[in-house]
Amino acid sequence: MTETIQITYRDALKEAMREALQRDNTVVIMGEEVGVWGGTYAVTRGLYDEFGGKRIIDTPIAEMGIIGVATGAAMGGLKPIAEIMTINFALVAIDQIVNNTAKIHSMFGGTMRAPVVIRTAAGWGQLAATHSQSFEAWFAHVPGLIVVMPSTPYDAKGLLTTAMYSQNPVVFIEHSRLYGEKGEVPRGEFRIPFGAADVKRAGKDLTIVTYSRMVHVALNAAKELANQGIEVEVVDLRSLRPIDWNTVYNSVRKTHRAIVLTEDWMSFGVSAEVAARISHDMFDYLDAPVERLTQEEVPLPYASNLEKLSFPDEARVAAKVKEMLA
Amino acid sequence: MVAPVSPALSVTGNSAPALSRETALRWLEQMMLIRRFEEAAEYAYTQKKVGGFLHLYIGEEAIAVGAVAAMRPDDDIFTHYRDHGWVLARGVDPRPAMAELYGKATGLVKGKGGSMHFASVEHHMWGGYAIVGGHIPLAAGMAFAHQYLERDRIAFCVMGEGATNIGMFHEALNMAAVWKLPVVFLVENNQYGMGTAVDRASAVADIYEKAAAYRMPATQIDGNDIERVYQTIHEFAERARRGQGPQMVEAMTYRFRGHSMGDPQRYRTKEEVEGRRPNDPINRWENKMLERGWATEDEIKQIFTRVDKQIEAAVQFAEESPFPEPSELYTDILVEE
Repeated sequence: MTETIQITYRDALKEAMREALQRDNTVVIMGEEVGVWGGTYAVTRGLYDEFGGKRIIDTPIAEMGIIGVATGAAMGGLKPIAEIMTINFALVAIDQIVNNTAKIHSMFGGTMRAPVVIRTAAGWGQLAATHSQSFEAWFAHVPGLIVVMPSTPYDAKGLLTTAMYSQNPVVFIEHSRLYGEKGEVPRGEFRIPFGAADVKRAGKDLTIVTYSRMVHVALNAAKELANQGIEVEVVDLRSLRPIDWNTVYNSVRKTHRAIVLTEDWMSFGVSAEVAARISHDMFDYLDAPVERLTQEEVPLPYASNLEKLSFPDEARVAAKVKEMLA
Repeated sequence: MVAPVSPALSVTGNSAPALSRETALRWLEQMMLIRRFEEAAEYAYTQKKVGGFLHLYIGEEAIAVGAVAAMRPDDDIFTHYRDHGWVLARGVDPRPAMAELYGKATGLVKGKGGSMHFASVEHHMWGGYAIVGGHIPLAAGMAFAHQYLERDRIAFCVMGEGATNIGMFHEALNMAAVWKLPVVFLVENNQYGMGTAVDRASAVADIYEKAAAYRMPATQIDGNDIERVYQTIHEFAERARRGQGPQMVEAMTYRFRGHSMGDPQRYRTKEEVEGRRPNDPINRWENKMLERGWATEDEIKQIFTRVDKQIEAAVQFAEESPFPEPSELYTDILVEE
């Protein structure tokens, strides 16, 4: 039996990075405030003291430069983790990510590699319109990238460890509201493959397909519904590119009903892709149209009550489940 | 033409080895190889055998040939989409290069890149990039890896003057300067960013002056004088190699052809272009060879004949090569693991 410990999502990420830094001298972390400050969300706290400024590198506020330099360094044989403080700022670097990082391998006929791990945080918390966005679909849209979005400390560590061994560029999207979430995590290295969804709760009546923070909303709703005799299955995608369609379809084959639950906007978002695929590929198994619950299509306002109204919560998830089973 | 005027440039004792007759003749051959390669590419384009964009380097050859001559074989080059000259100057076989233009399986990057994305990793030629300025931080990143791994290599980042107005230029130069990265930024100032003259697009028309914002040594030279390019790049490369941080060289030149194919060139007169002809870098170097008695007209003719044969062989190779297999559509998207 592997020994496990209770640690936070934040510390699970840090453990994965620490182990990579110890194992492989070509691993460096670069980003805004990752070093002396210890990370805006304290994910890299302590690593600067342990590994020094040569490996934990504070950068200027220059996201294009961070991704570009990390990509070039990866081409030159390093294994950089480039931290973009929040996913909102990744848009400043989107040309580098989409036109360089994602394409170095294919555009040059497979002769080069750019195995950068781009760590960034989704999330919100009265930060208003520009600091509260969910852009995972923008990156999951692009061939040449791996896009993962873990929901638990266990998944965070296992997926980040896999990313650290990968020869491909990985966009690793954390969630700011999950950093304090605790869970059991094995000591030492372990890997979770990309493209492997995880059934976080088994159930026979309806499938909720989700990822990241919304997994917890789904699980809370499922627990409440279980008291009412409704058994919901919660499928955590964990990685958005590639997506584990088999696990999703196996669940839908069993339950015949599906809700796609996401924190991004509905139009052209992750839920659009997932719902379309289920609707097409599982057409014969479905007893009801695939439903979607997503963020309201508004730039997120500051006021706490309005912000709260923008996201699906446990009550809305439960109501939608009951509506579908009625 | 423009004289070196940088106050930052000082005598450093990094002067390049004296030029031999053999090297001088090789430069002439390399410049002519690039010229004829592109003329053949242009012809193939009019026959619709080459598609997409085709940005010709005609008139700018002295920069690539002179600069590469000053580099070490394992120094790393990143360049822009006007990249044919750089790849050929680096000694890459013109046959796979031409095949790449034809989109053939035998191309430099298997027909997946085309004109704008020539590359050859074994030649430390890390490719042509087609988003203006997008490759500048990549070169800084390569230099970062050299510094981190304590490798005795430097990176070269070649860009047009138009790329110095984009944000990535400034982010990359700043980071290179903050970390004293071993990289040389080489600006090919051919006077026009597509059709917009440099002084209509850049508040600072003498591009090398921008380096001063990052306290980076810089100079401006006549890029059509191959000897001058060679000497300057050698000097600046040595400074970067010795840990003196990033350097910038602005090489003044002129593009004789349009920006790409099908450019009506409304932004300049025929007289302007004709007025530049006497400054053609190949003619200049050829005349210098004759003046110095390093070659006779017959010898030069022989060189050019040899080049023509190489280009004929390259075209034939491209013509006869197969297109990529349909299954290639799905390869190289990710590294399989």
